[in-house]
Amino acid sequence: MGELKLMKGNEAIAEAAIRAGVDAYFGYPITPQSEVIEYLMAEKPYETTGMVVLQAESEVAAINMVYGAAGTGKKAMTSSSSPGISLKQEGISYMAGAELPCVIVNVVRGGPGLGTIQPSQADYFQAVKGGGHGDYHMIVLAPASVQEMADFVTKGFDLAFKYRTPVMILSDGLIGQMMEKVIMPEHTPRWTDEEITEKWPWATTGKPGSRERNIITSLDLDSGRQEQHNIHLQKKYKEIHENEIEFEEYMCDDADYLFVAYGSSARIAQKAIKLGREKGIKAGLLRPITLYPFPAEAINRLAKQVKGILSLELSAGQMVEDIRLSVGCDIKVEHFGRMGGIIHSPAEALQALEDKIIGG
Amino acid sequence: MKEEVLSDIINVENLVYKKTPLMTDNILSYCPGCGHGTAHRITMEVLEELGVWKDTIGIAPVGCSVLAYEFMNIDMQQAAHGRAPALATGIKRCWPHKVVFTYQGDGDLAAIGTAETIHACNRGENIVIIFVNNGIYGMTGGQMAPTTLPGMKSSTSPYGRDVHIMGNPLKITELVAELPGTRSVTRQAVHTPGNVRKAKRAIRKAFENQLKYKEGLNFVEIVSNCNSGWKMTPVHANKWMEENMFPYFPLGDIKVDGEIVNK
Repeated sequence: MGELKLMKGNEAIAEAAIRAGVDAYFGYPITPQSEVIEYLMAEKPYETTGMVVLQAESEVAAINMVYGAAGTGKKAMTSSSSPGISLKQEGISYMAGAELPCVIVNVVRGGPGLGTIQPSQADYFQAVKGGGHGDYHMIVLAPASVQEMADFVTKGFDLAFKYRTPVMILSDGLIGQMMEKVIMPEHTPRWTDEEITEKWPWATTGKPGSRERNIITSLDLDSGRQEQHNIHLQKKYKEIHENEIEFEEYMCDDADYLFVAYGSSARIAQKAIKLGREKGIKAGLLRPITLYPFPAEAINRLAKQVKGILSLELSAGQMVEDIRLSVGCDIKVEHFGRMGGIIHSPAEALQALEDKIIGG
Repeated sequence: MKEEVLSDIINVENLVYKKTPLMTDNILSYCPGCGHGTAHRITMEVLEELGVWKDTIGIAPVGCSVLAYEFMNIDMQQAAHGRAPALATGIKRCWPHKVVFTYQGDGDLAAIGTAETIHACNRGENIVIIFVNNGIYGMTGGQMAPTTLPGMKSSTSPYGRDVHIMGNPLKITELVAELPGTRSVTRQAVHTPGNVRKAKRAIRKAFENQLKYKEGLNFVEIVSNCNSGWKMTPVHANKWMEENMFPYFPLGDIKVDGEIVNK
């Protein structure tokens, strides 16, 4: 059994990384996620598990340190918040192109620009549609609890190495800062250098005489080969769609109305559903756990059952576009969400359901 | 195979030179007269002579040497523009017993990658940086670089670099020598046999330092020509380099064993 702790979401990420046998964390301070690197620096895992922890000169440098380490088959990760994640897009695109595994945590704050340090979910488009240049996707996991912050580190690395692709944990300032009880996993030892060389034949660990040199690159100036590489990437994303969609249903069996919400908004939606049921409004929740790949089929299925869908997001409405693309029939799909770091209350969410879906 | 064929023609005792197997047979993408090929070769010869190539990871930049991994027969990663020292940091921190180096041009290292360069040097990352400075952006077609000389023409300074408008050439090598994290800093050239020998000795010393010490970055600048970008013949470009580049970027050691020797 794991160990029961009371922790902030950001701390849970850091502690889980140490326990998951992560080899390296490279980061740069930014509110509201600085606890990740602060916790790691205080815990000094480089003296226990041998995990490297380094504060880089910028988010750009941090993601590129991740690139270097990932290219050698090591489990490398970084974390940041919205403005910092924008800076990391170059490195993420290169890693997607070079097919490198890594975990990137985004503890989202309000934008655009420097915005605010308060929670937001306005980086949905950036996370699920690519973010950087070129045709690529990350696998995007959306934790809705401190427990999932911890669990998704291991899950993230498993997926990242399975598909050789960057994985993002798309959290927000609320999940990052709030404290909850969390069961921490047992310690998994870091891979030995020999294990890495054996497990990942593509890794640049130094060329022995017995194999050809390994090259980590996203460049191919030959258009024909570059197109083939893109076709290969798209096949990989299709495979991810087929195998990795995860979601959770809450009170959907008898639901007349459906909330679709992830992360902190999913928690708020649960409460709104309870309030609604007290008034006789039968609503349910579909909570995407993977935002990419998106649970389109599940939404399509539930759309045939319910009279309307409300997307609840801490944004101007981003995921609502993917919900509309998923719904195959003629029902009402609307969005409600506060912005700029303000968190909608369960009462507001229920009122929005009544106004926009039931009464609208 | 090739060695056997060669030894059939030349007696081994008479063999004075052969191509290092650490250079591939791929045709170099560099212009005739360019110094990159020589800089590649002597770097690979050093790795062969030190016997460390099996444990070496190199980082290619963005610029003319973006395809360095096509020519260097070792494990390599290709970095985003300017980020090679960050990649090298990530690798060396995870594999401290491996040999790690970056190979970068002046636009990559001294413009877009200035922060990564300065901070890798300042942290004393135990890596080698080989910095080829030809005062121009070669690959994109001859635009002004951070090291383009005052008055020098390029496609983005067609009337010559006006330092009042475009700023001054950056002596980043002198700058990194001032940082406590660098162990050795030197400036070399590869346009004459004598300079090639000196440059190779400097590169060997840089790698020896990396192997010997746990800390300290070893920095080798190679002032080179770009006859295509400078719009000169190779011979003229080398002469122009001696007359114009070397006075601004003087050759020789700047820092040895952590001490500045030449300001």
